[in-house]
Amino acid sequence: MTAEQRFDYSAPRIFFKTIVARAYPRVVAANRQKSWLFFDMAFPVVGALAMVLVYQGLHAPRQYLGFVIMGGAMLAFWQNVLWSMAAQFSWDRGNGTLELYVISPTTFEAVLLGMALGSMFTVTLRAGVILVVGSLFFGITYAAAGTLPALGVFVLTLSALYCLGMLLASLFLFYGREAWHLSNAMQEPVNFLSGLYFPVHALGAYVGGAASLVPMTLGLDAMRQLLLPGTPVFIPAGTETLLVAAQIPIFALLAGISLRYMESRARAEGKLVTRWE
Amino acid sequence: MEARIAFAVAATHHPSGDSSRLAVETRRLTRVYKTRRETTTALQDVELKVSAGELYGVLGPNGAGKTTLIKILVTLLLPTSGQAFVDGLDVVKEYKGLRSRISMVSGGEQAGYGILKVREQLWMFSQFYGMNSTMARERIDELLERLGLADAANKQITSLSSGMRQKMNLVRGLMTDPRVLFLDEPTVALDVGAARDVRSEVQRWMREDPTRTVILTTHYMQEADELCDRVAIVNRGRIVAEGTPRALKQSVDETVIVDLQLDPGTPLLDRLRAIEGVGAASVREEDGVDRFSLLLNDDAVLPRVMTTVEGAGRRVSGLVRRQPTLEDAFVKLVGRSMTEEEG
Repeated sequence: MTAEQRFDYSAPRIFFKTIVARAYPRVVAANRQKSWLFFDMAFPVVGALAMVLVYQGLHAPRQYLGFVIMGGAMLAFWQNVLWSMAAQFSWDRGNGTLELYVISPTTFEAVLLGMALGSMFTVTLRAGVILVVGSLFFGITYAAAGTLPALGVFVLTLSALYCLGMLLASLFLFYGREAWHLSNAMQEPVNFLSGLYFPVHALGAYVGGAASLVPMTLGLDAMRQLLLPGTPVFIPAGTETLLVAAQIPIFALLAGISLRYMESRARAEGKLVTRWE
Repeated sequence: MEARIAFAVAATHHPSGDSSRLAVETRRLTRVYKTRRETTTALQDVELKVSAGELYGVLGPNGAGKTTLIKILVTLLLPTSGQAFVDGLDVVKEYKGLRSRISMVSGGEQAGYGILKVREQLWMFSQFYGMNSTMARERIDELLERLGLADAANKQITSLSSGMRQKMNLVRGLMTDPRVLFLDEPTVALDVGAARDVRSEVQRWMREDPTRTVILTTHYMQEADELCDRVAIVNRGRIVAEGTPRALKQSVDETVIVDLQLDPGTPLLDRLRAIEGVGAASVREEDGVDRFSLLLNDDAVLPRVMTTVEGAGRRVSGLVRRQPTLEDAFVKLVGRSMTEEEG
């Protein structure tokens, strides 16, 4: 192999190899650190179940128990986007790994997708446990006919969420502590506004409309409409699905632009380096 | 004085590089850091020409601008003004194409993920360059073997000593076979054996392919002297001298160099520097005694030095006249030793 050939790896090749390679540490971590089975599953299940019990205590309509369980499952994915994807660049900057990403020929998108996919197994398991345990424990039933369409909506929602995660991650290229505040700010308010524990219809058109900027809002609502008949309709499920699908290219495009822009600003202002003299 | 010496040595060419192709070139490279409180000029009008095949050292005290220079050349930082080219590519405009051709290893590097084993981590980084997995694993095993890390290949990274970790980092830097390898104080805080292994491997890697280039920043004069074809001495963001280690040492050939060992006592460095005929002086404390290095214009200055020492009530426990080292050239050019804080 000549020197020229050695450096001739195509961008798509580097992209896909990076995804697999960056997913690897997370897969390995799940295998080598079994403690996550307890911390990542028991606590969220308890949290979701507690909310169901609150609703039961308030004699809320039975549907609401299903809302909570589905919301609790989706929360796992949202938290993964916020903390294991967007905020990961902050950790990577601290130990110098970000520098090595930057100076390699790979792209941030590939690194972030690798992170997301690497966590998919643990997060899906966590969401699944919440869904199965909660549903069995409280006897929640779902419309069988809505299962496949809901699965499709779920995949679209997840794709849009991860594109949003890339957009958020771009902020961590430039900002440090300030971006942590943003992630914190996007947790509880978004949990509330997305209607994790109640139908988004309850928020009204304006607040619900604003909350729809986060793909989870419309995606979750559409899935509830499909799986829990009688869910108060905010926007019809079909329209919500189209809107979520439209968010995927929009967030992907914005993420790409923002990653380039933030990298350029960070290079200009020395925010990518861990030390200088 | 500094400018004159720099000019005198800058004309020296390195012995082994391919001067027809430049691996690194900078033109009036300047980097200014601005914060709300202050503005710091880390690099100013730096002009560098490093030929392919050279092992080029950048020496300087803390805060001299060495790391800033490296970070610009590896595309992590943008220059405030001026230009920089690595392997013929502009680090600002052609950085995407450049990144597959370079690599960087920093001293004390903690990059990566502790949950991984050595071989796994190295494989992960190889994939960011698109390397074929089989080829990457073969290359990794070969380099681990060469650096005496074969037995640690399946060890988790968190269990490595700092020396083993730095050797692993060097493997990461070498495995993608970069055209230009940047080593930013690669042996800092390593024990003697580990530092020697790192240096040996860098030399061997250079020998394997005469077109490979290494840019090395270091605190250690002996390391620069041993490894580098040429060195640049950087102080306060400027290159104050450049040349082969031999040429730089020759710049202090006319100077009388005296090592003076004194028992602890009143501070003396500023008084020694004030003596007429003392070109430069530095001190380091070692084993409970102060070891002064004095660069004297001629032998006649020594009696004045001894008078000052006696006047300060300091007892002389050793006095040696010796051959110049790169450290002496550095002290003469910069006015202080590498480890001494700027006054």
